[in-house]
Amino acid sequence: MKRKHKRLTFVGLALLLIALAAGLILSAFEESIVFFHSPTDIVEKQISPSQRLRLGGLVEEGSVERKADAVVTFRVTDMANSVNVTYRGILPDLFREGQGVVAEGTFAAGVFSADEVLAKHDENYMPPEVADALKKSGKWDEMSDKMKRQGMESTK
Amino acid sequence: MIAEAGHFALVLALFVALVQAVVPMYGAHRGNALWMSMDKPAAVSQVLLVAFSFGCLTYSHVVSDFSVLNVVQNSHSLKPMLYKVAGVWGNHEGSLLLWVFILAAFGSAVALFGGNLPPSLRARVLGVQALIAVGFYLFLLLTSNPFERVFPAALDGRDLNPLLQDPGLAFHPPFLYLGYVGFSMAFSFAIAALIEGRVDAAWARWVRPWTLAAWSFLTIGIALGSWWAYYELGWGGWWFWDPVENASFMPWLAGTALLHSAIVVEKRDTMKAWTIFLAILAFSMSLLGTFLVRSGVLTSVHAFATDPERGVFILILLLIVIGGSLALFAMRGPALRSTGVFKPISREGGLLLNNLVMSTGCAVVLLGTLYPLFLDAIGGSKISVGPPFFNSVFIPLMVPMFMAMGFGPLLSWKRADLVQAALRLKTAFIAAALVVAAALAVTGGGPFMAILGLGLAGWLFASTLVELGARIKLFKEPLGASLGRLLRQPRASWGMTLAHLGMAITIAGMAGAGGWKVESVQVMKPGETVNVAGYDFTFTGARQAQGPNYSIIEGTFKVTKDGRDVVTLKAEKRNYPVRQMPTTEAAIYSMISGDLYAVIGDPDGNEGGFVTRIYFNPLIVWMWAGALIMVFGGVISISDRRYRIGAPARRAKKTAMAAHP
Repeated sequence: MKRKHKRLTFVGLALLLIALAAGLILSAFEESIVFFHSPTDIVEKQISPSQRLRLGGLVEEGSVERKADAVVTFRVTDMANSVNVTYRGILPDLFREGQGVVAEGTFAAGVFSADEVLAKHDENYMPPEVADALKKSGKWDEMSDKMKRQGMESTK
Repeated sequence: MIAEAGHFALVLALFVALVQAVVPMYGAHRGNALWMSMDKPAAVSQVLLVAFSFGCLTYSHVVSDFSVLNVVQNSHSLKPMLYKVAGVWGNHEGSLLLWVFILAAFGSAVALFGGNLPPSLRARVLGVQALIAVGFYLFLLLTSNPFERVFPAALDGRDLNPLLQDPGLAFHPPFLYLGYVGFSMAFSFAIAALIEGRVDAAWARWVRPWTLAAWSFLTIGIALGSWWAYYELGWGGWWFWDPVENASFMPWLAGTALLHSAIVVEKRDTMKAWTIFLAILAFSMSLLGTFLVRSGVLTSVHAFATDPERGVFILILLLIVIGGSLALFAMRGPALRSTGVFKPISREGGLLLNNLVMSTGCAVVLLGTLYPLFLDAIGGSKISVGPPFFNSVFIPLMVPMFMAMGFGPLLSWKRADLVQAALRLKTAFIAAALVVAAALAVTGGGPFMAILGLGLAGWLFASTLVELGARIKLFKEPLGASLGRLLRQPRASWGMTLAHLGMAITIAGMAGAGGWKVESVQVMKPGETVNVAGYDFTFTGARQAQGPNYSIIEGTFKVTKDGRDVVTLKAEKRNYPVRQMPTTEAAIYSMISGDLYAVIGDPDGNEGGFVTRIYFNPLIVWMWAGALIMVFGGVISISDRRYRIGAPARRAKKTAMAAHP
């Protein structure tokens, strides 16, 4: 086999692999990409109950209630609209009222059923999507002032 | 005073690095031996300066000097000593100081132990290293000075993030960084080779130990991080395909490919340009990882509060390094001549297949990680690409490679006979079939991918042993002669055998934990019992206690199986008052068959009930045991005689040409 043929074999193999990967990616994209929604998006848009999505915003102050059988309900807000969320299990350590949260699950009949509430490692961390949701609802400035004050506390 | 000394040493290190980046490089260009010889003293003084600087920061943390901002923000007088030390790199500034310290340490190792390198190559390697270091010194000094003072001094510190006050995470960043930064060596060698315009077997032999070391460190770092997430976050999971995790996985994939292609360059004098490209890729991925983690551009469960200005700085650094090196590669790469020819079915072909799959895998992870960012940048919707995407794309790509991995080592160089290899592997086919049958019998069926994973693990394990048996001519010669051969195997071969066996064990662990995990969430009152995977977990109650800088709620679970005592698990929920932050300490009992895992959550109601989460994670310890075996293989391979003795001297003619390009 000539050098050129050898090279062609491998280029062919590489192309095959890339085609395989592309095929897998395209088939996986449909079902495995999760769109991010702010509470306002959820209130305004029609959302199919079978669609998985991420909801991000602030945990509304005073909204966390613990129910029977390890179920917790709370409201997620972008200061313009709020969405009821229900979750069964142990909430992440840094889950707090008045702080940013991202939950993943489905929305049906006015309630967001989360099967995952994303944890974070640092109390000053604000997921970029949550910051964006607040900017969109026009409430970012007052929130960022609060965040800045917290930031000041952390450095002084 | 100590902090100022540390700061000053860092500034001096920057200037030494500037000298090291310019003088030896120019000397190598002009063939001036005196200028080239500047590399060694420069590299050594650089590491001494950074070590001193790092020592100063460590000292400030150890004595709790609350006039240093970094200490105030990340330490507390009550914090245990281990975490006072680990707190040095448990924050942005300190971790970058550790980064440059490791970078300088690798550079000085080349200066001290690289006696057998041609002077021009060594000068260029150290010059490139110093260039990278200059970028990071500037980054530290301009945006992230760890020695900044506060006036007036604080009375006490804000404490280290409690999640980081953990032995697993105390050592996770140094290992990860040793891996990331270790790839800078392969990168510097690649750039130096491009400048010299020559890549040969000797070059591959010099690069390989550094790559192996980086790969081994990175493997430990990833395993430690995954282990930490497993027991500290209390979700029972060990890998989430989170951007920060992917950031460490991409250099690992590229580095694994590099490790294999460097063998081909060394043994067969071919695939040179490709190997150079992989070396550039591995380090670029390490830098990209640093950028993703430090800039906070992606939503990550592992993210810490970040500063956008720093992200921009690293992004610029990233573009310069990647753009510059790829431009150099485009100019000089085509000039690299390969002499070895081989057929597709051959050892080279097998290693190339490994490379293709690893790079495709790396590209897939890169795409999945950056796609949300890209879509956001062009004004599209906000999305997240999660585990379902990676599982359904990445895993199918890896399956054929693991199958081929059984064949690869049995193929001969240049051309090989696949049928003959398959015949020799019939024991491995049988072993894989037996494993699948056993898995089906024990579990009564499970997810297809998990059964397949166990079969692949059995196949890989058995075929690696078959290959070892073939190498020592087991059953073909008297047993004594075979044993003698076994003992005389070169360490590099042992390294390969161990690493592949470790991979097999890791795959088994992933398949078991991924396929048959049992989870149970409920409210438990004292005295109540839950049955999980055949184990009875009885909640015997919770009590309050006090740790050094935190308070504890400790829940006790008595675990029995068929009436016999197995273990008593004590799960903790800790509260760190300084940061007002709780952490979860899962109680874990590891057995070969799986882990018993219990977490205690919030109190529920007023009858002493608690939310509890109990898992049975089958075979999960295999995953980390396998990773350790892989690392052990890497270490054995580094100690191979031919790397210690050094490569045979390049032919005199070539050296003479190198001196006068």
